[in-house]
Amino acid sequence: MNAVARRIGLTGSFYSAVVVLVLFAAFPFYWMLITSFKADGDLYNLQSIPYWFNAPPTLEHIEYLLQKTLFLRWVLNTAIIGVCVVAITLVVSLPAGYSLARLPGRGAENLGIGIFLTYLVPSTLLFLPLARIVSWLGLQDSIWSLVVVYPTFTIPFCTWLLMGFFKSIPREIDEAAIVDGCTMPGAFVKTILPLSLPAILTVVIFAFTLTMQEFVYALTFISSSDQKPVTLGVATDLVRGDVYYWGELMAAALITSIPVAIAYNLFLDRFISGITGGAVK
Amino acid sequence: MTAIAEPRRRAVARRPRFLLDRTEFMGPMFIAPAVLYVFALVGLPFLLALYYSVSAYSIFDPSYRFVGLKNLYDVFESDIFRHALWNTLMFTIGSQAIGLLLGKIGAMLLMKEFPGRGLARALVILPWAVPISLATLAWKWMFDSLYSVINWTLVAAGLVDVANQPQWLGQQDLAFAAVMTVQAWRLFPFGVIIFLAGYASVPKDVLDAATVDGAGFWRRNYQIIMPIIAPIVVIALIFGTVFTFTDLSVVYLLTMGGPMNSTQVLGSLAFQVGILSGDVAHGAMICLFMFPFLLVAVIVMLRALRRREI
Repeated sequence: MNAVARRIGLTGSFYSAVVVLVLFAAFPFYWMLITSFKADGDLYNLQSIPYWFNAPPTLEHIEYLLQKTLFLRWVLNTAIIGVCVVAITLVVSLPAGYSLARLPGRGAENLGIGIFLTYLVPSTLLFLPLARIVSWLGLQDSIWSLVVVYPTFTIPFCTWLLMGFFKSIPREIDEAAIVDGCTMPGAFVKTILPLSLPAILTVVIFAFTLTMQEFVYALTFISSSDQKPVTLGVATDLVRGDVYYWGELMAAALITSIPVAIAYNLFLDRFISGITGGAVK
Repeated sequence: MTAIAEPRRRAVARRPRFLLDRTEFMGPMFIAPAVLYVFALVGLPFLLALYYSVSAYSIFDPSYRFVGLKNLYDVFESDIFRHALWNTLMFTIGSQAIGLLLGKIGAMLLMKEFPGRGLARALVILPWAVPISLATLAWKWMFDSLYSVINWTLVAAGLVDVANQPQWLGQQDLAFAAVMTVQAWRLFPFGVIIFLAGYASVPKDVLDAATVDGAGFWRRNYQIIMPIIAPIVVIALIFGTVFTFTDLSVVYLLTMGGPMNSTQVLGSLAFQVGILSGDVAHGAMICLFMFPFLLVAVIVMLRALRRREI
């Protein structure tokens, strides 16, 4: 009997620990959710319990967000930036990753690590000179400045990720194609790329979500509301003076977060093995 | 005649293909765009930043006049800068320590099989997956001076008097604690994931053998598991450290460096000086203080990566 009680106690404390951890991690998202659907009167009433609806839930914040703000424009901007950055990243990283995986010797490996390390160079170190370069290019205050700059962190990361993947494809496959009369680019396109679709999909997801998460460059380069990506627009434009439109803010944060959260969860394991460079198998 | 002509024709036809065939030639060609992109938009800006930091360049004086180490002197003379440097170190060490501890605890919890583990893992990852600017806004709302849900709970639990509610973002110590908490909150899921991945990489039979030989929980943990996963943990730690040391998003969105510069970090100070005040030269000098730190991080990282291959 005592052993049973002890076991129940252990299980109970284990689950309590899990619940505390999950609450700490996810509570702000619950808070986004509940704020998004609460009527203003309920939101700003200190007498009622804030954890649940005391007045019926409302869609007014979401309606306001979609109709009276530039939210949809920001989403569109983010989509354009993301698609362009992903395209540039793929065009540059696929051949680079392949070449790093196939070139013999220590040189290629060092180059690979070198490219990966530029991923560590932070935006805060570069935003001042890049702001200057962006204005030399005539791109200041435009989404195209971000399209040009974001590949500086997606290319290193994705090249590294792809290099690890290409290394796992046996050399014999593309060597056989070259023996059969393909050129090296031909062998790459005809044999390696079709085998790499899962890796390419992973790169697409991560390049896209990395661009969505960037904040410093967007903040530095862009000041016109209609050119902002969604994360910047929500953070800066839904505040008028000292007034925070909390309902709209949280609704926007929630709507934007959901797809990113899903994408991350689906591709998490690849992300991990990408960062650790095949250390985990 | 034909016997002579034919090899020549073949040689002409093969010549352009000769280079396309060669790994020695095509390999570097394949990698050139990546190297050029990185050089043009990381290497050059970095050199430019170096030059800015020794010039008098500002939006009011775009002459790039060379002033030597005057900016270094100015920056270091400033109390705000020294305070920001100190804050950055504390902010980084504090949030990393909390993040690492929570990451390890989280991984040990989520390692076990239990109903709902998948959902728990998905929820725990959220803070790291979702764009930080949006997540920080949710925290800002939770720390609101009037409608803070944290304060409401504290009052309801009888821990705090309604009249003396903590002003999370308005009092210097509390604001710093708040910024650090949000940063730790943002990073700890990454720690969880890395530890989980590490544990999964430890061969099961090694652990079983150790258990049979009488190794207890702590001995298995610190003499078998930790040495095996150390390189991965080092890589994760460096990532977290570099991102925290150089980041400004949480500070910028939560407190703007205030109240009275109590949460100012190097990144946010450089943004204020370099962009908002237009004093690019001093802003660049402030940014450069991150560089020695980064260099150390990179060297440690390289060693970890090398060790992985053995």
